[in-house]
Amino acid sequence: MGGIFVLAEHRQQQLRDVTFEMLTKSRDLADKMNTTLTAVILGKNVKELAKPLTEYADKVLVVEHDLLENFVSDYYQSALVHLIDQEKPLLTMIAHSSIGMELAPRLAAALNIPLATDCIDLTFEDDRLVVTRQIYGGKINARVIVRKADRYIVTARQAAFKAQKPPRPINGQMIEVPYQPPSEEVKKRFLELVTPPPGAVDISSAALVVGIGRGIKDKSNIPMVEELAQMLGGVVGCSRPIVDKGWMPSDRQIGQSGKSIKPKVYLALGISGAFQHLVGMKGAEVVIAVNKDPNAPIFGHADYGVIDDLFKIVPALKKKIAEARGS
Amino acid sequence: MNIVVCVKHVPKCAEAEIRIDPTGRDIEKHGLVYDINEWDDYAVEEAVRIKEKFGGSVTVVTVGPEEANSTLRKCLARGADNAIRVYDPKLVGSDPYVIAKVLYKVIKNLQFDLVLTGVMAEDDGSATVGPMLAEFLKIPHATMVKKIELKDHKAAIVHRELEGGLMEVVEVKLPALFAIQTGINEPRYVSILGIRRAMQKEIKVLGLKDLSLDESEVGYAGSWTLIDKLFVPPAEKVCQYLKGSPEEVATQILGILKSRGLF
Repeated sequence: MGGIFVLAEHRQQQLRDVTFEMLTKSRDLADKMNTTLTAVILGKNVKELAKPLTEYADKVLVVEHDLLENFVSDYYQSALVHLIDQEKPLLTMIAHSSIGMELAPRLAAALNIPLATDCIDLTFEDDRLVVTRQIYGGKINARVIVRKADRYIVTARQAAFKAQKPPRPINGQMIEVPYQPPSEEVKKRFLELVTPPPGAVDISSAALVVGIGRGIKDKSNIPMVEELAQMLGGVVGCSRPIVDKGWMPSDRQIGQSGKSIKPKVYLALGISGAFQHLVGMKGAEVVIAVNKDPNAPIFGHADYGVIDDLFKIVPALKKKIAEARGS
Repeated sequence: MNIVVCVKHVPKCAEAEIRIDPTGRDIEKHGLVYDINEWDDYAVEEAVRIKEKFGGSVTVVTVGPEEANSTLRKCLARGADNAIRVYDPKLVGSDPYVIAKVLYKVIKNLQFDLVLTGVMAEDDGSATVGPMLAEFLKIPHATMVKKIELKDHKAAIVHRELEGGLMEVVEVKLPALFAIQTGINEPRYVSILGIRRAMQKEIKVLGLKDLSLDESEVGYAGSWTLIDKLFVPPAEKVCQYLKGSPEEVATQILGILKSRGLF
């Protein structure tokens, strides 16, 4: 009874960062509540991969099976239904990732366990689970009370928690658990993973990235920014809507489903700052944001802010660069 | 191919100024422009494209007050054939879990090969209705869908968007539910004339009784989550604002670049 479960997420023989972020947050919660932390890993030949989990969790449940070789939510769900029924954890934490988003809501509905998704913080107040999540595209935070229950499921936003090894050695125990396959026919089959072809421009290693978002308004305005980037020896990246509209290739997308950048300076033009984008720009040493909207979330993540129209700032920058270069 | 698409009528917040209302539990909705949820817009377009290729029908379903009719009309103008709106004052305060249940009650009585939803809604961003609905309907599902290739009327090959530019390819037997990611297609332009023409089409309105749902199953009573308080996200960095004319600001930006050896 009680205890916290964390579903360890891995892909291509590597534990994903979010796994350690969740373990860090859950370790802290478990210690405060004087309960145990259990990591759960599902896969094929994952015992070696599971070792680092013992540094955080008191118990590491390893479920291995051929059916778990690749992520298929149905096979994951049957394993978790079985484990949650058996161990009855108070809280099960899953990443709000392409895996967790596919898995957690259906798992919660199947088990009739209250669910809160995309949490950036969580705490127990008098046995009640209270979470913080962002709404309206990150412009507002909501303190959300989850209906009182003896079990809960949450999904944790990626990069919301900082991964940190526990202050004391944990040396968790690894336990192999037999897999419980689904009782009904599974109607989904994994075929393959497709890696993106390398793009012509590598935004992930550039020293200066100029980013564009919705504020650029039209495809015909992009060359103006390309010119600016060129004058400064930088490259142009963008936020998701620009790729969705087909205005730039997907290898220019900065963010969770695109690339992470680590430039010396990131100049973000007309980007409001959806969290998926913020995750991708985290590695920038200095962020300068230009946006007309003073409430754009990106200003909360920028070192320098300009509340103005990019269509005024970009020409002014080009003019000043030309002047400085004496042309 | 009969397709049901779940859509939501939401306030457009990407470029709007958002304020918390005096209750502290909601935002000031007055003055905000409402439209179809961005993800759902792509889902409707995808459904219409599949219908145009394989025949069949597209039914759009929403849960919301009368104002949500404008979103349904937009879908009809784009090529949807039928529209259903569920509403009851008792539904106020319903969380995504309740909405998924309500949608289930509607859709279980329809004939369908495919159910499409958006990955998430722009307002609450919970990204849960699709997979929960699939569980209630007992059909397979896939989320973050960036491509659907229908093999025949029996199965689909779908591409799911993962992190870092990776794609996952899976085969799913029909009937199935797919939660659509933005960028899967380019939603067609809907003309004012098209919307006017769609005004003549009927919107079927259903209430709780039609769906044999009890009051206790909906609204705050039936929900898993309740918003207690809204607040402005704390800044992670202290932003220093550059002020002055565009030229003055440009000079300051170049100064920052210079200090980093970039100019």
